[in-house]
Amino acid sequence: MKYTLSILVENQPGVLSKVSGLFSRRGFNIDSLAVGITEDPAISRITIVVNGDEYIVEQVEKQLNKLIPVIKVKVLQPGMFISCELSLIKVNCQTKQRAEIMKIVELMHAQIVDVATTSLTIQLTDNDEHTQTLISLLKPYGIKEIVRAGTLAIEKGPTTARKQNS
Amino acid sequence: MISGAEIMAECLKNENVQIAFGYPGAAICPFLDYLYRSPIKNVLVREEQNAAHEASGYARASGKPGVCVATSGPGATNLITGIATAYMDSIPLIVITGQVSSELLGRDVFQEADITGACEPFTKHSYLVKSAADLPRIFKEAFHIASTGRPGPVLIDVPVDIQAEEVPEFVYPQKANIIGYKPRTTGHAMQIKKALSAMAEAKRPVLVCGGGVVLAGARDELVAFAQNSGIPVVSTMMGIGVVPMNSPLYLGMIGMHGHKNANRAMHEADLIILCGARVGDRAVSAPEQMGEKATIIHIDIDPAEIGKNVTAHIPIVGDIRLVLRDFIEQSAVSVPKEWIDAVLRYKKEFVPGGEPDNSSGFVEPRSFMRVLSSLMEEDAILTADVGQNQIWAARNFNVKEGRFLTSGGLGTMGYALPAAIGAKLAKPRRQVLCICGDGSFQMAMCELGTLCQNSVNIKIIVMQNDRLGMVKEIQDNKYGSRYAMTLLQGNPDFVKIAEAYGIPAALATSNEEAERLAREMFTSDRAFILVCRVNPDAPTI
Repeated sequence: MKYTLSILVENQPGVLSKVSGLFSRRGFNIDSLAVGITEDPAISRITIVVNGDEYIVEQVEKQLNKLIPVIKVKVLQPGMFISCELSLIKVNCQTKQRAEIMKIVELMHAQIVDVATTSLTIQLTDNDEHTQTLISLLKPYGIKEIVRAGTLAIEKGPTTARKQNS
Repeated sequence: MISGAEIMAECLKNENVQIAFGYPGAAICPFLDYLYRSPIKNVLVREEQNAAHEASGYARASGKPGVCVATSGPGATNLITGIATAYMDSIPLIVITGQVSSELLGRDVFQEADITGACEPFTKHSYLVKSAADLPRIFKEAFHIASTGRPGPVLIDVPVDIQAEEVPEFVYPQKANIIGYKPRTTGHAMQIKKALSAMAEAKRPVLVCGGGVVLAGARDELVAFAQNSGIPVVSTMMGIGVVPMNSPLYLGMIGMHGHKNANRAMHEADLIILCGARVGDRAVSAPEQMGEKATIIHIDIDPAEIGKNVTAHIPIVGDIRLVLRDFIEQSAVSVPKEWIDAVLRYKKEFVPGGEPDNSSGFVEPRSFMRVLSSLMEEDAILTADVGQNQIWAARNFNVKEGRFLTSGGLGTMGYALPAAIGAKLAKPRRQVLCICGDGSFQMAMCELGTLCQNSVNIKIIVMQNDRLGMVKEIQDNKYGSRYAMTLLQGNPDFVKIAEAYGIPAALATSNEEAERLAREMFTSDRAFILVCRVNPDAPTI
């Protein structure tokens, strides 16, 4: 099962390597990882999607909490959060195919961000499932390159992962 | 104006550091210059790994973080085994390393090594200092992190230009404030209540005393609780010495090399109270089966230990000292007489291995350990290396009011001698005995130089069987007695080695001789090396 972890850390050099090192050291594979600064520039948020069972997630959570620069770890509950991912997909496209690809892009609420004589680059911001659908629809044309940013997740409603008192 | 190097020395003074163990190099020279001018005693070791071990022995004997220092590159990487050893046994260390100049970082210049990166898995935390102005905060945080919660080593890597950098003033912070680090010390009241009612219901309870009890300074509390409640106590190797071994309800060490009666009590228990024990594989070989037979109460300051190796029915996160005080205040446990009778019977049935055999030309190691403990003062500190000597000591040495220091977690050979030096420098008035094998002694033998330079009065026993005995035993049992890499041919005459350093020494080839020489050794006010010839086939247990 996939678990999404939202981790607040101090924004310092080396913190990402401490966090990711903890996964590799125990042989847990990270499915996706995204990092960025938060509303407080001294604090960054790392969103990690990890595949595993309850024991793995409990261990990961406890071990992450042991790291000094880690401020808060929250395992997001399924159905209780919104997630999305930015993807850039470069696909082969001859002039005569352009209209049909544009149709797919429109149906999937994606955008064309670069056009060339033999290729199109498409940008999509959506969840993993929709991203996979778009990729499979584009596959027959020949995908040249995919760049994915990693999953971002935020809880639904007014709840935040941030400690209220910090 | 004040330089980074001077700030570093001032920080140590503010933390009441009395001694620093280290080895110099260009990248740490600015700091060493101020350390030399400070009242802090500098101890030059003979190889950096031993600086970490000496600081570790110092920390374990004094209860304060040990400080060790090395230069950049190889100096720093030589520390790694010592850091990892301390990490596995949760020993508070402040490790200070010099680093190449900031602007050269990442260019593979002479003696550059990414030491914070290399030590990532075995430090509690680490710092690469980017500005001299950060040093007071970093040192304050480092000492706080190393010595609170679950203790451990903290590394501070300081580029040489930062040591030279001047800042307007030095102000040492009163407190460390780290938003993500607030260890919980008091046990949850509800969980304590649950634990107490489980104890009241238990028919066959056992207390397991781990190294965490020593680290929490909870010895008196554990002994008091055991006495009040009457619950029998077993210990892990790291928990040896918490309960005096002559206490009636102390059953001995558990595990692979443990005492049969202690293991038997664990096996039959219906309630197991784990105190600061991480349930390592040497102590409990099948942790998953533990919870099937018994209710498990697990007390640890590190929440990540709970549920890691064994599933606890009643987890309590907190400082063992505080939790045990709660237990003492609130408990009215009475252990059924049948259980007490049973464990006392097991204890009586237990026959310690090894009878003196004066005809053989060898010292019988197990009985000699018992002789040694009878000759020493009640509060003597014992350090043991790793291998057969460690198990002979752990099983047979009778630790009373003293301490037993060994590399229990990482199993680092070469630990005992430097740890003994560190322990003696921390507690100069206490007897310190170091037990080594001929293999492990040779891993740290260079420290005899440090010993001489600082006139450290420790007594060293080298159990010489010209083998790496524990591996040899495995090869006898599993590999058809093919002694691959286990025969120590080319061993020197250790008595002559001692003489070369000017250290009194003697060789014993019988139990009688060993006892006589040991008596002589303890009357001397100088260091002494007693080499005991041991039968290569002498068993570990």
